[in-house]
Amino acid sequence: MIDQTRRGFLKGVLGAGVAGIALGSGLVPLRAEAAPDASSWPKKAFGTPGVDDTISRLYGMEAVESDKISMDLPTIAQNGAVVPVKVETTLPNVTGIALLVAENPNALAATFKIPKGTLPFVSNRLKMAKTTDVVAVVISDGKAYKATQNVKVTVGGCGG
Amino acid sequence: MASSIRVRAVESGGVTSFKALVRHPMDSGFVKDSAGNIVPPHFIQVLTISLNGEDVFVADWGPAVSKDPFLECRFEGAKKGDKLTISWVDNKGESDSTEATIA
Repeated sequence: MIDQTRRGFLKGVLGAGVAGIALGSGLVPLRAEAAPDASSWPKKAFGTPGVDDTISRLYGMEAVESDKISMDLPTIAQNGAVVPVKVETTLPNVTGIALLVAENPNALAATFKIPKGTLPFVSNRLKMAKTTDVVAVVISDGKAYKATQNVKVTVGGCGG
Repeated sequence: MASSIRVRAVESGGVTSFKALVRHPMDSGFVKDSAGNIVPPHFIQVLTISLNGEDVFVADWGPAVSKDPFLECRFEGAKKGDKLTISWVDNKGESDSTEATIA
């Protein structure tokens, strides 16, 4: 915590310094590394409860069940804060994958853009509030497909 | 300062296997601290992986991604020695970026 405050402080000081130099010299500071653009982050989809509503808000369509999506995740998770989820599909021309947790306060956990040349595979770790379904959505040839698997979340971490 | 991003990218048979571990609290905004105050949301929103200036993978993350997120993906078209740039930005506008060489 202390370290974070310090980091924020240092960043602030550095930022002010750079801005000062830029103003002084009339030059636009050249940033070596541009931060990603968060303006296209799907805010509404991330603030929606429920799987179906979230999918339609995110992709503007309904997803149909597909057996060509394979999900690799534990059926019982000792710790709901870290649930490893792996998704792979044999569907063609995949452009996007999304991971949803049905009964989290907001269902959407993550979405991934898959450009051409990137394989339709992703592994990520998610938080789960309680025992519920994890849903993987895959966009293939412009259509949405989904697969579902239930994960039991053990509270207290001592089996059951 | 050490980077918040640790990367391992290995090319084999034309496919690059990419793994990254990012140090970040990923606070959801639903959790209270020991004093009963809500910890405000603080999470990475966008993480990009680019190869020669082209995105090969973009992740939009919400607060339901675990603390210190782990990500794995695979892509084609890169060779050993190619440079990857991995960058993230969070909901407070903080960001970090690192470069990695494909092994």
